[in-house]
Amino acid sequence: MYEVNKTEPFWWGLFSLGGVVAALFVPIHIIMVGFLSAEAVGYHQMVALVGNPLIKLYLFTLVSLPLFHAAHRLRFALKDLGLKVAGGLLGVFLYGGAVFGTMVAAYIVATLP
Amino acid sequence: MSAKKITMRVTRYRPEQEDAPTEQAYELEFPDDWVVLDALNYIKDDVDGTLTFRWSCRMGICGSCGMMVNGEPKLTCAAFLRDYYPAEIRVEPLQYFPIIRDLVIDMTDFLHKLKAITPWIVRDEEKPLAEGEYLQTPAQLADYKQFSMCINCMLCYSACPVYGHEPEFIGPAAIALAHRYNLDSRDEGQEARQQVIASSEGIWDCTLVGECTEVCPKRVDPAMAIQRTKVATTTEWAKSMLMPWGKQ
Repeated sequence: MYEVNKTEPFWWGLFSLGGVVAALFVPIHIIMVGFLSAEAVGYHQMVALVGNPLIKLYLFTLVSLPLFHAAHRLRFALKDLGLKVAGGLLGVFLYGGAVFGTMVAAYIVATLP
Repeated sequence: MSAKKITMRVTRYRPEQEDAPTEQAYELEFPDDWVVLDALNYIKDDVDGTLTFRWSCRMGICGSCGMMVNGEPKLTCAAFLRDYYPAEIRVEPLQYFPIIRDLVIDMTDFLHKLKAITPWIVRDEEKPLAEGEYLQTPAQLADYKQFSMCINCMLCYSACPVYGHEPEFIGPAAIALAHRYNLDSRDEGQEARQQVIASSEGIWDCTLVGECTEVCPKRVDPAMAIQRTKVATTTEWAKSMLMPWGKQ
């Protein structure tokens, strides 16, 4: 009668990881890029930085995981408001958006100089 | 003892004479140490013997007298009138449950869910009585003790908006109790329980509103039990994906 749900751990896992990134790394990133002296984060320094594959991976993670966090949180917030969308259409729309954003992020990061 | 006057608006539902619940107001004098349950008992004994409600211990142990007091799920034996005075008090049956009569709700759904999570110690093989008890260290007891304090008062179900929208949700108390037995060093029934609580109607239905924990009169923290189970289930899932040969 009850069946183990095999997809939710995947979405919840991304939600959970995204939460860590959004809460911990996004503020650090904002402080570093937004508030450090302009010389420290000048154009040429930044270009040199993003050439590093590890920084590319960091930027990709920084964008992608919080998107999944947001998608899951939004889905649950709408559920709390009583919105029932049959057949998981809401999930397709929200997680689909996160997947799309992830692909865009991957493309941009990959084509950076 | 100076008596104050307060008005209580109490839900009435007499299925043999009305189709929908109505409200009845009672004005009464109360001494300072009265709780809502005292007032209800006063009404039943001295004013209107037809008023129907559940209660037993009057001291927060039996879990029978849960009702909505001014829209909040409360044990009425712990809700002091003086804390509401001079405003009126609205007393309703626990929300999201069908009403049987007046303030009495039908808890059949909850009892089914409670049973579904196998809320007892499961052993693959019972050892013979001669070998004595299953011993436990104080640390092993401390692991699950908090989650064993539940008195099945169902306040957490009435506080949970998910249960309100989706009655199939197994719910806070049942999941917290499953967690309690899973954490018990004497228990071996985790797998059978996992089938139920890791289902769509189980932990994954919870949106972490946290109201269950807010209203719990025994400080059980069902929200934490659910989130911990989510973490454990997701970790197990990730392991089984990364190392499919690791299990079984």
